[in-house]
Amino acid sequence: MKIVVAMRQLADLVEELEVNADGTDIDRDFVKFVSNEWDEAALEEALCHKDDGDAEITVVALDEPDVDQTLYTALAKGADRAVKLTGHDPEGWIRTGDRAAILASWLERDDFDLVLTGVQAADDLDGQLAGVLAERLGVRHAAVVVGFHDADSAVQVEQELGGGTVAVSSLELPAVLGIQAARQTPRYASITRIRQAQQTQTIQEVEISAGGSLGGTVRKISPPKKRGGAEMLEGSASEVAERIAELIRSKGLARS
Amino acid sequence: MAISVLVLSERIAGEHPEATFELLGKGSKLAKQLGGELAVAVAGTDYPVQELGGADVILELAGLEAGAYAAPIWEAGVAAAIAASSPRVVLMSTGTVGLDLGGSLATRFGGQLASYVIDLDVDGEEILATAQLYGGKMLAEVALDSFICFATVIPGSFPADDGRSTGSPRVERIEVGEKPKAVAMAIREPETGGVDITAAPMLVSVGRGIGSSDNLELVQELADALKVPLSASRPVIDSGWLPKPHQVGKSGKKVKPSIYLSFGISGAPEHLEGMRNAEMIIACNTDPGAPIFEVAHFGTTVDLFDLVPELTERFGG
Ligand SMILES: Cc1cc2nc3c(=O)[nH]c(=O)nc-3n(C[C@H](O)[C@H](O)[C@H](O)COP(=O)(O)OP(=O)(O)OC[C@H]3O[C@@H](n4cnc5c(N)ncnc54)[C@H](O)[C@@H]3O)c2cc1C
Repeated sequence: MKIVVAMRQLADLVEELEVNADGTDIDRDFVKFVSNEWDEAALEEALCHKDDGDAEITVVALDEPDVDQTLYTALAKGADRAVKLTGHDPEGWIRTGDRAAILASWLERDDFDLVLTGVQAADDLDGQLAGVLAERLGVRHAAVVVGFHDADSAVQVEQELGGGTVAVSSLELPAVLGIQAARQTPRYASITRIRQAQQTQTIQEVEISAGGSLGGTVRKISPPKKRGGAEMLEGSASEVAERIAELIRSKGLARS
Repeated sequence: MAISVLVLSERIAGEHPEATFELLGKGSKLAKQLGGELAVAVAGTDYPVQELGGADVILELAGLEAGAYAAPIWEAGVAAAIAASSPRVVLMSTGTVGLDLGGSLATRFGGQLASYVIDLDVDGEEILATAQLYGGKMLAEVALDSFICFATVIPGSFPADDGRSTGSPRVERIEVGEKPKAVAMAIREPETGGVDITAAPMLVSVGRGIGSSDNLELVQELADALKVPLSASRPVIDSGWLPKPHQVGKSGKKVKPSIYLSFGISGAPEHLEGMRNAEMIIACNTDPGAPIFEVAHFGTTVDLFDLVPELTERFGG
């Protein structure tokens, strides 16, 4: 089975995010970019299928800050081929519609059975990639996927519906799946393996010109206004612990 | 009168989800502003009809049998409903069905879409959406001006009571001509048993900030000292550090304890969906900008590794 894993970079949520000068995007100059955690789950699930002996994996990503690191790491983990799509502004906010158009334009020339991507990314203002990409390609899709296996010309998919309930369906291939979780936590690639990949493998670059806006006009981006918010407990760990202990006792929930 | 707002009930089996009523409540206000009717699309023909009195019209998607689900089949059904009713605004939730269909339907109809929406308004010719970005760390105001606009709304954004009213909507049957290459096979309910975190008066809840499964012992000791169960955010469950029945959130359990004590949880919308109604939320997170502090009543940025042992000690652990 030919699996394409579409990966992407995203501002690291651990960092403090600030708004840019015109107030319509985050300030991208000083943030660290990391790969989207759900794309990592998608890659892991693809690698598990390869371990089971039935998958050939291509990772593809749009040019974005530090994307080479993500692609080489994927190669070090066992992906067979890495492709970087260029021809757009790699520094800006690439909205879902454009991302899908660029990926679709490349996928239309490549051969694949399944495209896996993360169920969501934290800046998906204009919708999640899987459904948009599938519609552009005219193929089947499913989101919030927690497992799949191939059955001849179809894929049997498990989607989480909430509260632990799972929907099982069968989709004729090709299909695009938005992965929520892999069967195991993403594997680790050592620095040595990543270096080795950098020295022995290459990232294929393909220039694409395509776009397809889907989103509205962003008027303003801002951190949420404190709607009351939490009363912050100040002081040392011991002082804060004492305040919390009082709160717990005040609810009559513990004696000591 | 023309239909101006279409709400999708994401009911696959059983009751209509709470989100349906939240959307009906908001949808009826939007429909008034737009000067049209409110329609609700439902799968199948066997559904609790009297509960949908908040809508003017029910669009029955024939052929979408309740009790099973496949994205392409639902997509074909909802597309037929949209084509038949030509609404200005289509509302879904950010549940699995909305994540499945929002992007694909917007693409199919050439409309604009806003996701993770928490508020909606009409501004002249435009639909204004307020949406959460970056796990709730930013809010975006986005103006949609396409002839058909889509929004996927975070559950809990609008009061459900506004959408629960007794009316007698007329029913229209939508035939779905398209035959997608997919089969809806089965719905699997979660295994029961294990801990019931929904019944506990207090929860000690732990997130990815705990760092590793070895560190879990630390919070387990606090939970034991307080004689309450340990609950967790999704990454802790996905990493296999705690079993699934311990998960709080959209794809876990909805909890409402008297006290929800969280350590190392950022407060992503999918987590908040499961615990925002707790009576008292006390959050520990070293990042002062963590969205959990938006819903918490009390917060601290003290390191959990310093705070938890101090607390355990106070409760005789
Ligand atoms: C369809 C769907 C369904 C989902 N369902 C759920 C669900 O049911 N439940 C759920 O929880 N998530 C769910 N998620 C995932 C959700 O989007 C978030 O990824 C998740 O909630 C993040 O978990 P977290 O807060 O533990 O981790 P993170 O977001 O990584 O946060 C860890 C936090 O720990 C803090 N921290 C780090 N070290 C310390 C320290 N020493 N002391 C104190 N604080 C520290 C950090 O500042 C950070 O804020 C779902 C996602 C999707 C797409």
